[in-house]
Amino acid sequence: MAAALLERLGLALVTMIIIVVVVFFALELMPGDACSVNLGRGASDSMLAACQKRLGLDQPPLWRFAAWAGDILTGDLGISMQRERPIAEIVGWRLRNTLILAGVTAAIGIPLALGLGVLAGLNPDGPLDMTISGIAIFAMTVPEFISGTLMILLFSVILGWAAGVVTIGYKAPALDLLKASILPAATLIFILAAHILRMVRASVIEVMQSDFVQMARLKGVPRRRMILHHVVPNTLLPAISIIGLTMAWLLGGVVIVESVFNFPGLGRLAVDAVADQDLPLVQAIALLFGFIYVLTNLGADLLALTLNPRLRARRR
Amino acid sequence: MTTSAPLLEVENLQVGGEGFLVVGKVSLTIGQGESLGIAGESGSGKSTLLLSLMGMMRPGLQAIGGSVRLNGSPMLGQSDAALASVRGGKIALIPQNAATALNPSRRIGAQIDEALVLHSALGKRERSGRVLDLLGRVRLPEPAMIARRYPHELSGGQVQRAAIAMALAGQPEVLLLDEPTTGLDVTTQSALLDLLVDLRQRAKVGILCVSHDLGVLARLCDRIGVMYAGAMVEQGPLSVVLARPLHPYTQALVASIPRLGAAGLPLPIEGSPPSLFHLPSGCRFAPRCAFVQEACHTQRPELVLVAQDHKIACLRPNIAPAPASQRPATEFAKGAPLLSIQELSVGYPKQGLFARRAQKPVVEDVSFTLGRGEVLGLVGESGSGKSTILRAIAGLATPNTGQITLMSKGLAHPLAASAADRPLSQLRAIQLIFQNPDASLNPRHRVLDLLAQPLMLYGQVPRSELRAKATDLLGEVRLGAATLDRMPAQLSGGERQRVAIARAFAAGPDLLLCDEITTALDVSVQAAVLALIRDLARKHDVAAIFVSHDLAVVRSIADRIAVLHNGRIVEINDAQALCARPVHPYTKKLISSVLDIPA
Repeated sequence: MAAALLERLGLALVTMIIIVVVVFFALELMPGDACSVNLGRGASDSMLAACQKRLGLDQPPLWRFAAWAGDILTGDLGISMQRERPIAEIVGWRLRNTLILAGVTAAIGIPLALGLGVLAGLNPDGPLDMTISGIAIFAMTVPEFISGTLMILLFSVILGWAAGVVTIGYKAPALDLLKASILPAATLIFILAAHILRMVRASVIEVMQSDFVQMARLKGVPRRRMILHHVVPNTLLPAISIIGLTMAWLLGGVVIVESVFNFPGLGRLAVDAVADQDLPLVQAIALLFGFIYVLTNLGADLLALTLNPRLRARRR
Repeated sequence: MTTSAPLLEVENLQVGGEGFLVVGKVSLTIGQGESLGIAGESGSGKSTLLLSLMGMMRPGLQAIGGSVRLNGSPMLGQSDAALASVRGGKIALIPQNAATALNPSRRIGAQIDEALVLHSALGKRERSGRVLDLLGRVRLPEPAMIARRYPHELSGGQVQRAAIAMALAGQPEVLLLDEPTTGLDVTTQSALLDLLVDLRQRAKVGILCVSHDLGVLARLCDRIGVMYAGAMVEQGPLSVVLARPLHPYTQALVASIPRLGAAGLPLPIEGSPPSLFHLPSGCRFAPRCAFVQEACHTQRPELVLVAQDHKIACLRPNIAPAPASQRPATEFAKGAPLLSIQELSVGYPKQGLFARRAQKPVVEDVSFTLGRGEVLGLVGESGSGKSTILRAIAGLATPNTGQITLMSKGLAHPLAASAADRPLSQLRAIQLIFQNPDASLNPRHRVLDLLAQPLMLYGQVPRSELRAKATDLLGEVRLGAATLDRMPAQLSGGERQRVAIARAFAAGPDLLLCDEITTALDVSVQAAVLALIRDLARKHDVAAIFVSHDLAVVRSIADRIAVLHNGRIVEINDAQALCARPVHPYTKKLISSVLDIPA
């Protein structure tokens, strides 16, 4: 058990180091640097040289990498070119906002997906399953920017229940952001739940045909108890890693959904940073996304490891 | 025999689906303390019969006629909810494979406790005491520790005991056993059967046990019913039926069982059971019956009393009992040496990112020699290393130490550790046949393609002659030329194993490695495969190493037997001498665990 835990942690650490290296050198390979991009074509050689000296861009790449990586270890993400403020400060608030959005999505989306998945799987090909699975497949195929726009059309333009676009700033109190995140979260849930419930449904169908469910029937276990004690636990365990993957995959969706709804989170910041050609900021956000991806999957792995007795034993 | 009212009464039960019957008109009763065995090969309908006794039907099946009554109340056509209090209570099932029949994510104790919650009025504390009682009753060591384990943390024998404890939790009056010891080692099987016999005598429950293994039934049951293609063909006291079977199928079945006490090969039953969709209009066994008459093809026989308490379904009830004879052993003259193994040790490295240390060897210090044309039997329980020895000889497992030498044309050739480093002539010389032909034959290749590969690779057979050569090979394994264009899925299990054997012989080998090749087959088919291997080995002067967990099977085919225990050969001797005069205590234990049927 301890060895398996160490192995997962070690792998996660190695992955994060690889991300740091790749993010740095990918931007390094691009033509131009932060100064030439920022100052534009009209910049004189002396202005460029001064800027490069100020940012330390005149140093050799390996040296700069070492300095940058060292700063990251101390939590210093560098200085934004356009905004001329520490990146950690800009990113910090946005990260909070995105976590609120992701939290609302997960808190509603995951239980919803599990419940619907079990319901669909218990009556495969029945009318309930047809409805649930039909909507899920629709949700999976429609891209976020279309489902998001449809949400705005339905809930704010036609029904007028919620504001279509978020107008509050990124430093707004958490409660306001919670309210503002309802429609974006609904869009994300639409897709997230669809993926998870399809997987849970398949898993329930498989478990229902297993020897131990037949044995439970022959043991006289009533249907309700059989579902709660024998079917659901064995369905949820494999679902955990899928939930982890889907949550991490959600990052891509966040970028688009935040842009559609003008939600002041990390995703929109990423789009803005690219548009502004603010290379240090892009670098920092890419790094953060990478870390979140790794940590989410690590969390799911560790949860599965603690909950699933078979996984615990496999590596013994 | 008790004369009290029967606990379980089955009358003319018919189970089937659209256009086919799985169980046809079966009647039986079980009273208090009685034990009935149902014997039959795969597809005989015995498992479907067993499930329907608990009111359960597999998807696509339903009860078409007849009745099942437990203590007078009907079991058929009831909902799960209506049967919930009876199932696991008055009537309980011990499943075939407890490892998959127990919930993998709940502790053993919790699963037994659940049966008590459902079928007893005990409080929480009394229940946990009862769980430990039950685990102790099935003789599991340290019940408190076992109760906290998950199913995958126990050995095969232990899980099976836990499943028995779970079945006993509801204090059943009738216990149904579905192949209760299949897949277990012989010594574990023997201990479990002792336990079941003991439970039966003490608890006075009625037992119905379904098995393909007549030895298991002989140990456990007083009465027996023999099923063929969904119908009961013979019913009576077990000792009478097995010693003097009257129905031609029972006679053939009994003769197809390898016996430790008799030299020579068991007799196969020719042909294969009918498809459930196209049952013969007359007697279902008629197409394979040695005593068939014209009437057998048109009239369907009913079970009739032919002796006291002894019924058979045959139109010729006056058949003289055929002596259950075996094919005499053929003498073997030891040829020149072919294979020599010196001090072989094999271990598997442990896989993992941070752990790459070698494990304790699976095979340790094994040495033996094999003569040309000799059949050596390797017996041992699971984990004894018998398959690993075969893998090392075939070049699939790398030895830690030791030398494997192949003799050809008077010269000794040390074999490279990995098959990839061996020349074609050595690869041709050693051919492997696997346990499960479903997995070893490529499902997307026709039989012709399967045979063509070794013919072209090793024999340089030109394309134009492939078909003729392959037809010859199929003839050797007694399959018709029509099989050439079939896919493996279109063949029966026995036919597939014959194709695998033909493929091995296509290479023109000097040595056959047979890894539990009859384990997945019915006894009557096993007898045919044993005869085939034996005949072909003799005819082509091919040596064979025949690996099996079943000493009686090995005894029937091998010239010499090596007994493996914990990776070491504990005894090696002439087959007849080893079985008659075992020396090592482990060999004695194996021999005493073999379930012989009464003669």
